[in-house]
Amino acid sequence: MAEPRIMDIKDQPGFRSIAVICLLVLYTPVLILMVFSLNSGSLVTHWEGVTLNWYGSAFLNEEFHNAAKNTLIISVTATIVSTICATLAAIGMTRVKPWRGLAAAFMVINLPLMVPEIITAVATLSFFALIAGTLGLNFGIGNLILAHTVFCIPFAYMPIRARLEDMDLTLEYAAADLYATPWNAFKRITLPLLVPGIMSGAALAFIVSFDDFTITQLVAGPGQTTLPLYIWNQIRRPMTPEINAISTILLLVSILFVTVSFLIARRRAK
Amino acid sequence: MTTAALSPTTLSKAALFEAQAVKTSARRNRLLSLPALIIIGIFGVLPLIIICIYSFLVAAPYGGVQWQFSTDAYLNFLFQRDIFDDTLQFTPDFLIIYLRSFLFAVVTTIICLLLGFPTAYFMATRPPAQRNWWVLLITIPFWSNLLVRTLAIMFIIRDEGLINNALLALGVIDKPITMLYTNFAIQLGLLYAFLPFMVLPLYSSLEKLDFRLVEAAYDLYATRRQVLWRVIIPLSKPGIIAGCLLVFIPALGAYVTPLILGGGVHLMIGDLIAQQFGSGRNWPLGCAQALILMAAVLVALFFYVRNTSGKVQHG
Repeated sequence: MAEPRIMDIKDQPGFRSIAVICLLVLYTPVLILMVFSLNSGSLVTHWEGVTLNWYGSAFLNEEFHNAAKNTLIISVTATIVSTICATLAAIGMTRVKPWRGLAAAFMVINLPLMVPEIITAVATLSFFALIAGTLGLNFGIGNLILAHTVFCIPFAYMPIRARLEDMDLTLEYAAADLYATPWNAFKRITLPLLVPGIMSGAALAFIVSFDDFTITQLVAGPGQTTLPLYIWNQIRRPMTPEINAISTILLLVSILFVTVSFLIARRRAK
Repeated sequence: MTTAALSPTTLSKAALFEAQAVKTSARRNRLLSLPALIIIGIFGVLPLIIICIYSFLVAAPYGGVQWQFSTDAYLNFLFQRDIFDDTLQFTPDFLIIYLRSFLFAVVTTIICLLLGFPTAYFMATRPPAQRNWWVLLITIPFWSNLLVRTLAIMFIIRDEGLINNALLALGVIDKPITMLYTNFAIQLGLLYAFLPFMVLPLYSSLEKLDFRLVEAAYDLYATRRQVLWRVIIPLSKPGIIAGCLLVFIPALGAYVTPLILGGGVHLMIGDLIAQQFGSGRNWPLGCAQALILMAAVLVALFFYVRNTSGKVQHG
C-alpha cells in the first residue's frame, strides 16, 4: 500500500506523453533523413527500394574526399591543440591558490560559449582579413584550425575541470608527503586519474569542430571545403539521396563520439 | 612522552611541507593557463576588438574597410541618407528584422520551456538506470550537426516532402501546403534545434529536487497542481533560467536555421550580419549590427547573473 503512494507523489499528469512526444519530435525527422539515404530511386522524397549505392557514390566522389580530408585535418589538429591547452588551463585554474585575475581568466576561457556564433564568425573573418591585408599573413587552412581551436577550448575544458574538482586531493597530498616531486606526483597520480576527463573533453572538442558550419563558412578560403560546407553546396543543386548518405555519416560520427564521451562520464559517476 | 613531544612538531612539519609543496607548485601552476589564454586572447578576443573598431570605419567598395572615422554604420542601422537632399530618413528595415528575431527567440524559448519542463521532470523521476538512457537520448541531438538536423526538417516540410505527400495521398488536401521558406518553417526549425538545450539544464536542476518537500506539501493537503506550481517550479528556478538563456541566446543569433528554412526571404539577425560581409559588401555595417546583437546578449546575461546571485543571497 505504501509503495504505490511513494511512486505516486512524483507523478504529474500528462508529463509522460509530453516526454514521449519530445523524443518523437527530436528523432523522427533525422531517422527519415537516414532511411532515405538507402533509397534506390534518385529522388529524395519518393521511396523506391533499398540500396547502398549512394554511400558508394559518395565515397567515390572526389569532392567528398577533399572535404573529408580537410575536415579531418582541421578537427584532429584543433582537437589535439585545444585539449592540451584546456588540460593545462584546467590544472592552472584548479590546482592553484586563487590568483588575481583568476575570475577574468575563467571568463576568457568561456568567452567563445557566450558570444553568438555568427559574431565570432564575422569577427574572425575580419581579423584574418586584417592580418592578411596589413602583415601579408595567411595561414591557409591554418586559419580554420586556429578559429576552431578557440571555440574547442571551452568544450574540452569543461569535463577536464569537472574531473579535477571531483578528484580526491588527499592522493596528491599523500604523494607530496612521500617526497614525490610536483612533476612526479602529477605524472603518476593526477594525470592517470584525469585521463577520462581528458578523453571526454577531446571527444566534445572533436564533435564541435567536425560539425561546425557557421564559422567555417565565413572564414574558409577557396579550396577549404569541409564536410558541412560540402553539404551546404549540395543543397543548392538538385538533390539526390547522396546528400542523405553524407548527412547520415556525419550524424553517425556525432552519435559515436557523444556515446563514447557519455559512457566515459558514466563510468566515472559510478 | 615521545608521542606527545613528537606529534605536534611532526604534524606541523608535515603540514608545513605539504603547504610548501602545494604552494610552490601552485604558484607555478597558474602559468599553465597561459597557452589557452593566449590563443583565445589573440584569435578570440582581439577579433572582437577589431570589429568594434571596424564598426566606426568606412566601407571599402569591394568588401573590407577604409581607415577613415565614421559613425555611418550606426546611423545606417536606423536611418538612410536621402540621395537627393542628403537628409536622414528613418528606415526601420533593420530594426524590424531585430524585432522579428527577438519575437522568434521569445516564442522558441516559451514553447521549448512548455515542452522541455515536463520532459525533464519525467526524466528526473525515472529510476536511475532508465534515467541514463533518457539523458543519452536527449544528449545525442544536443551534439548532432545542426545543419544536418535542419536539413531533416526541410526534407519533411517541402512541397514534395513527407507531410505534403502523406496529406495528398490521404486526400486531405489537393495541392501541397507551402511550409518551406515561411515564418512557420523558421519557427519550427528553431524549436527543433534548441529543444535539447532546454531539457538538459532543466534536468540537471530537477534531478537534485528534494522530493521530501513534495511529500510534505501533499501531507499538507496540497493538490497536484499546487505542488507543481508552488513547490516544484519555484525549486527548479535556477534550471529554468539557465535553460531559457541557453535557448534564447543562440535562437536570437540563429544563422543556419533561417538560412536554410527561410530561404533568404525571411531574414533573422544572423543572416543580416552575414549578408553585409557577403553580397552587401558593407563590413562596418555588419560589425555594427553584430555589436548591437552582442549588446542584447549582454543584457540577457546581466539579468541571468543578477537573478542567480540574488537567489544565492536569499538562500
